[in-house]
Amino acid sequence: MADGKKKIPKLSYPMPQQDPKERIKNFDEVALGYDMEVAIKEAERCLQCKREEGKEICIDGCPVEIDIPAFIKCIREERMEDALNIIREKNNLPAICGRVCPQEQQCQKYCRLGKGKGRDPVSIGRLERFVVDYSVKKQSVDPLKKKDKKVAIIGSGPAGLTAAGDLAKLGYNVTIFEALHDTGGVLRYGIPEFRLPKSIVDREVEYIKKLGVNIETNVVVGKTIGMDELIDEYDAVFVGSGAGSPMFMNIPGENLNGIYSANEFLTRINLMKAYKFPEYDTPIKVGKVTAVIGGGNVAMDASRCALRAGAERSMIIYRRTEEEMPARKEEVEHAKEEGVEFHILTNPVRYIGDEKGNVKQIECIKMELGEPDESGRRRPVPIKGSEFLMDVDTVVVAIGNTPNPLIPDNTKGLKISKKGTIVVDDNGKTSIDKVYAGGDITTGAATVISAMGAGKKAARAIDKFLSS
Amino acid sequence: MKNYDIKKRKTLAENIKLFEIEAPLIAKNAKPGNFVILRIDDHGERIPVTITDSDVENGTITIVVQEVGKTTKKLGMLNEGDKILDVVGPLGRETEIKNYGTVVCIGGGVGIALIYPEIKAFKKAGNYVISIVGSRTKDLMIFEEEISKMSDEFYITTDDGTKGRKGFVSDVLKELIDDGKKIDIVMAVGPIIMMKVVADVTRPYGIKTIVSLNPIMIDGTGMCGGCRVQVGGNTMFACVDGPDFDAHQVDFDNLIARNKRFLEEEKVSLEGLKNG
Repeated sequence: MADGKKKIPKLSYPMPQQDPKERIKNFDEVALGYDMEVAIKEAERCLQCKREEGKEICIDGCPVEIDIPAFIKCIREERMEDALNIIREKNNLPAICGRVCPQEQQCQKYCRLGKGKGRDPVSIGRLERFVVDYSVKKQSVDPLKKKDKKVAIIGSGPAGLTAAGDLAKLGYNVTIFEALHDTGGVLRYGIPEFRLPKSIVDREVEYIKKLGVNIETNVVVGKTIGMDELIDEYDAVFVGSGAGSPMFMNIPGENLNGIYSANEFLTRINLMKAYKFPEYDTPIKVGKVTAVIGGGNVAMDASRCALRAGAERSMIIYRRTEEEMPARKEEVEHAKEEGVEFHILTNPVRYIGDEKGNVKQIECIKMELGEPDESGRRRPVPIKGSEFLMDVDTVVVAIGNTPNPLIPDNTKGLKISKKGTIVVDDNGKTSIDKVYAGGDITTGAATVISAMGAGKKAARAIDKFLSS
Repeated sequence: MKNYDIKKRKTLAENIKLFEIEAPLIAKNAKPGNFVILRIDDHGERIPVTITDSDVENGTITIVVQEVGKTTKKLGMLNEGDKILDVVGPLGRETEIKNYGTVVCIGGGVGIALIYPEIKAFKKAGNYVISIVGSRTKDLMIFEEEISKMSDEFYITTDDGTKGRKGFVSDVLKELIDDGKKIDIVMAVGPIIMMKVVADVTRPYGIKTIVSLNPIMIDGTGMCGGCRVQVGGNTMFACVDGPDFDAHQVDFDNLIARNKRFLEEEKVSLEGLKNG
């Protein structure tokens, strides 16, 4: 425990941010990060708890079990390289985790300091981010001893990159096959620049490559190469192909012009840089009034992108209340600061278009909350006769994604659940001997960090399988 | 796998060019009906292009592209030995090829080249193949020799009557039907309006008709729904559920409207290219 006489500030040190009025005019990162001085002060708030039987601390809340007190101690002592090495030991993508993990539900939830009344937990995510950003130029990789075994990884999202990094560190020859022209999966096409700069994704992917991982873009497994070929040619295969298939509500008018899935909207903006059209060739059309349907992080991202891409008004339409929103509190706050309007307990019923086939109105219905459903959240029930019209130019449907069916459909003998996910055991092993899977393809749409945790677990299992 | 070299480039007609591109994995797995998505350079957009032919031995695929906007014009400026940054495929479901009996294959405009792989495959599967190809004028007629070689009957139409008969491909189809020709299946590839008219011609006779749809695409792997089309009242993703669909079920008007989504932006983009 820390010295009892030393007074620990109750609140964590805030991280500087771009002013909302300014930031809605650009795609630059909103959160600007700690500097050394503040990072050390924040690090000094840490109680340096020890991990003991029956006592849960921050490490227990981290899906990849980073030794958090140890790296924080290094920050205090200004040993940044050591701090980075401690983080890297467990986490291949720390600059990303420090930015997009919901720490309030993970490490910081377990922080013992934060259990005290009126006290903030240590800002572990901000410190992790500081260490990696600070040490970026000093990332060296020791030459690794290679084994003579090959592992194929399908998908370069968080699950695939993590599994690849861990397996490379163990000496395996790893090749990642990626369907898009660029790496990162949702880190690249989904999460916008202002939350996760693509230069950060590039940097983390570079690190994975330095570990000796070979990445082949423009390869759609199941089309460009058969799954059976990979199973033949490699000693093991890891499927991390994600849940990238967008859901629509199947209500009248949903195919009118101006209505995008969140995946299309965000892919055009993030992957194709349509916000820089015509410097970049991919166009996007964002009208004056944009409505985003849904209440998750993806909906927040889309609503905030719309403002930056020129919408005068950006609205969230969500069928439950703010309490049930799956989006991180911080993201909801950021969206509100930027002027996104929230229409809760509201659900679209149909879309109305003009003579050219462009959407011009949404008919919505008011909802109330009924009994809890299988997710534990109270079920929204439409209020009869409460229909009303809203004028809109652009609609983004962000109600969720389902697993991409390409691999399940093209792999003989692979056990698939009713929801289209690949069935795996506790170690990420599928119904086929050499094939492992993890991330959204096994769970349905979830978080970046849970995908990374699954990639890590599968890498361990693959190593065990190949070592026996 | 950055070996998308242009091995051969040939001008087939004004604004229509053929490219042979080195892409061994795609060549190995390509089937009639498949397409690729390509991106020319770092600032480029992703566009879908049908695979017209593939050569497994040389590891090349052939595409035929009509220059209609910035990206296709930029592609047209590339020469043999130049590289295309990204080519991914083969994408989409393959055309269902079997021995139907008598097959009528209809190609319009650049669609003449795009239906060539199906004509070849239908012939190989033992069908009696009737090909009807149409262009605006004789100078735009392409793939004449290749298709005529593979067809049991071959008809050419031009809008202005400068080659073959004057009129539209659908006129010939209608005549064949009126003459009592036994037709088991019709496949049409070309401008949406042409495919729509073909569907209208065959519908009253209940002749099975397949069209290859050409909506706007981005990823081409089922990830975004940019290419969604209404078929039989359901929403389908052309890139993974198609691009072939039952023509009698397709909402062509919705497709026409959706393909005009970015008309203004496309003009801006093209102007930008012209002005350097």
